[in-house]
Amino acid sequence: MEALVSDWIDVGAVAEIPPRGARVVKTPLGCVGVFRTADNEVYALEDRCPHAGGPLSQGIVHGRSVTCPLHNWVISLETGEAQGADEGATASIPSRVENGRILLSREALVARAAA
Amino acid sequence: MRDQTKPEKLLIIGAGMASGRMLEELLDKAPGAFDVTLVNAEPRGNYNRIMLSPVLAGDKTYDEIVTHDDAWYAEHGVRTVFGRRIVEIDRAARTATDDAGEVHPYDRLVLGTGSDPFIIPAPGHDLEGVIAYRDLEDTETMLALGAKPGAKAVVIGGGLLGLEAAAGMAVHGVDVTVLHLMPTLMERQLDEAAGALLRRSLEAKGIKVVTRANTKEILGHEGRARGVRLDDGTEIPADLVCMAVGIRPSVAVAKAAGVEVGRGVLVDDGMATSDPHIYAVGECVEHRGAVYGLVAPLYDMAKVLAARLAGDVEAAYEGSVTSTKLKVTGCDVFSAGDFAEGEGREEIVFRDAARGVYKRLVLENDRIIGAVMFGDTADGSYFFQLLKDGTDISDMRDTVIFGPAFAEGGSADPLQAVAALPPDAEICGCNGVCKGAIVAAIEEKGLTSLAEVQANTKASSSCGTCAGLVEQVLALELGDGYAARTIEPMCGCTDLTHFDVRRLIVSKGLKTIPDILQALEWKTSCGCAKCRPALNYYLLCAWPGEAVDDNQSRFINERVHANIQKDGTYSVVPRMWGGMTSADELRAIADVCDKYRIPTVKVTGGQRIDMLGVKKEDLPGVWADLGKAGFVSGHAYAKGLRTVKTCVGKEWCRFGTQDSTSLGVQLEKRLWGSWTPAKVKLAVSGCPRNCAEATCKDIGVVCVDSGYEISFAGAAGLDVKQTETLCKVASEAEVFEHVEALLQLYREEAQYLHRMYKWLARVGMEHVQARIVEDAESRKALADRFRFSQSIFQIDPWAERAKRNVDAHEFKPLAEVA
Repeated sequence: MEALVSDWIDVGAVAEIPPRGARVVKTPLGCVGVFRTADNEVYALEDRCPHAGGPLSQGIVHGRSVTCPLHNWVISLETGEAQGADEGATASIPSRVENGRILLSREALVARAAA
Repeated sequence: MRDQTKPEKLLIIGAGMASGRMLEELLDKAPGAFDVTLVNAEPRGNYNRIMLSPVLAGDKTYDEIVTHDDAWYAEHGVRTVFGRRIVEIDRAARTATDDAGEVHPYDRLVLGTGSDPFIIPAPGHDLEGVIAYRDLEDTETMLALGAKPGAKAVVIGGGLLGLEAAAGMAVHGVDVTVLHLMPTLMERQLDEAAGALLRRSLEAKGIKVVTRANTKEILGHEGRARGVRLDDGTEIPADLVCMAVGIRPSVAVAKAAGVEVGRGVLVDDGMATSDPHIYAVGECVEHRGAVYGLVAPLYDMAKVLAARLAGDVEAAYEGSVTSTKLKVTGCDVFSAGDFAEGEGREEIVFRDAARGVYKRLVLENDRIIGAVMFGDTADGSYFFQLLKDGTDISDMRDTVIFGPAFAEGGSADPLQAVAALPPDAEICGCNGVCKGAIVAAIEEKGLTSLAEVQANTKASSSCGTCAGLVEQVLALELGDGYAARTIEPMCGCTDLTHFDVRRLIVSKGLKTIPDILQALEWKTSCGCAKCRPALNYYLLCAWPGEAVDDNQSRFINERVHANIQKDGTYSVVPRMWGGMTSADELRAIADVCDKYRIPTVKVTGGQRIDMLGVKKEDLPGVWADLGKAGFVSGHAYAKGLRTVKTCVGKEWCRFGTQDSTSLGVQLEKRLWGSWTPAKVKLAVSGCPRNCAEATCKDIGVVCVDSGYEISFAGAAGLDVKQTETLCKVASEAEVFEHVEALLQLYREEAQYLHRMYKWLARVGMEHVQARIVEDAESRKALADRFRFSQSIFQIDPWAERAKRNVDAHEFKPLAEVA
């Protein structure tokens, strides 16, 4: 039971992120952007654009994408991959929502160091 | 017996629109047949009375609405006696006597006495300062009131005429209260809900509305009205009381002469009264039990009477089906036809409360006989056409309320909807221009642009809401030749251009981004990073105080009020008015840099100081400390006013001609905080040596001995471009009004992210000068709109966040994970 709970880390409530917005979760391995879509889906990505390292969490969220604030790359929230003509991907962190709380995969958060 | 060699004497009483049209037709059909004398109580001839409201609103001048001037009467040999009232008709002697005692003999007499405004016989109704809204004198009285600061007016009557008077005076800054006896404004046309929408819209213009208001007495002081007392004891102060509670046919002179009258002067189908030598035409007439107050039936009557006088004994007037469009200045209301409830009448009502949209069609025998719309009047001409044509709508009854695209099963392509309109469909309601007239002008004169159509047909030259329709007519006529020149779509989410979208936001009354995406059929569920910031700006510009700023549709810099840097930190630029600073301010900046370990401090090109490398979570603290020293946001991140660069001017400089520093500071204090399509930089130079580099800014002012040269549309970025001259003015006050008006015009017309020079390249200097320099009323209205917008948006976003915790979530991580 305890092992199950600890596989997922509670980082806060969905309501704490504005719809079509994002917040940052700080970790020793760098920031993770947690995104909420207009339809209240939640996605988590490494907060670095594959292009020039821009903070994706600061971009405009539209559909299931975010536009990086530095040079307007459009990144898929589902896969972390750059859309359109651009190529590259940022790490996607598995997330789930339970009872309005956002849970991120501990394994994925830790594994980022290797990526 | 009459001498057959001499023309008959035709005496016309009243120089209104009906008798005017009759005279035109008669002179055309039978020139020289009559020796015409025209007597008019107003001290002038025939003018377009319908256009008094645009005159009151400042959109037109009297000269523009004159139909027949003195030269016209002289040319056509019409003897005019203006400013005199006929007081008596002697039918036996065939003479009429005016109030100066002059006796006018006639062989035939035409009564065109029109109608009288109904004056409530409350005590005080005869005081000075109590007027109706009927003629040019009334209009001028109201206009004069607008020139008086702090003036107050009461309008009694919340029907169309009263609301036009109220809206017109409010435009000129008069504090207006409308008193209406009934619970609902325009209750003959609107139901309770629509009346409430109209009321809200008027109140948003600063007009107070009191319903169920029963006027007991007009209060006076030394013979002049000073207010109105209602039956519940409420007193409303007023310098002017305008009664607009209705009109009735003016029949007194006819009645006294023994001509048969009912509600109006009774006429047969040949427009003859009970006396075969006397005719009547226009609003004073009662024909087959009907009295008319609209222009179309009056013209029908005029035509018949002219034919009769010219000898056509067959010409007969058989009554008119009345339908008209009404419009309250600045309110999106449309009303046409008949709304009375009656047996066999049904209605279709559409409401969208959130958007403030209301549409109602009154049907009889499967035909539309009345249409009223509020908030979204785009389909007005379509319904009006169905009404005029008496189209049987039974096949499309389920969907007709949704407009032509839906009802007729066509696509929602607006071009096809315009293509489907018949030639007599009205495109421009303000100037009464139909599609056929526009098409003809395009073909005959080879017109290729909206501006040319405006200049040649007047279509879309008043309120401009039909500009898109006119462009669609152009596109239809010119085919690819026009379409090729239109601008590309806003983004991949829509096929509409920025200008389509701006126009539709206003014409459809769209007030939120979801409304726009829904109504304009966006292809994506919530837009994209290109269209959303543009839509957010368009909404804030169109509906200041109403539209809610959508933070999530703003680029990060505008969302957190700082400039994001390549490493994800931010830079902070406080406002230094006109580039002026002080030891205290510099000390505060130094302290902030130390406290928050800000690594880089730089002087910017816009005469202020940039602190770079600030961590996002430190921003509220940095702002709080800067705020204590008196700093506000410099908006260095905004599509909005950036800096106003100045030189020291005549305060210090031996060449300075004016106080350019102070002028720059004052300009910055007026303009800061405004949102614009793209960044706006200003500069003020104290002499033509131009040390502030004013001639490569968005707006530049160069001081000279005799005043101030205002130029705009410069740039020193991707493109380098010198400003172009707008005008030269003499005083600082004029600089303010011109610059504010210019900025507002740019705000209202430019495409998002287009700086001023791109906007100018599109609209042309002639257009800008026409609105800002040549037309003082237009300039003032623009400046007023700018100032209103500033009353909403000129707030320091830093203080909001530092002191009031606005958007606190932006500056804190959601969580920290070890």
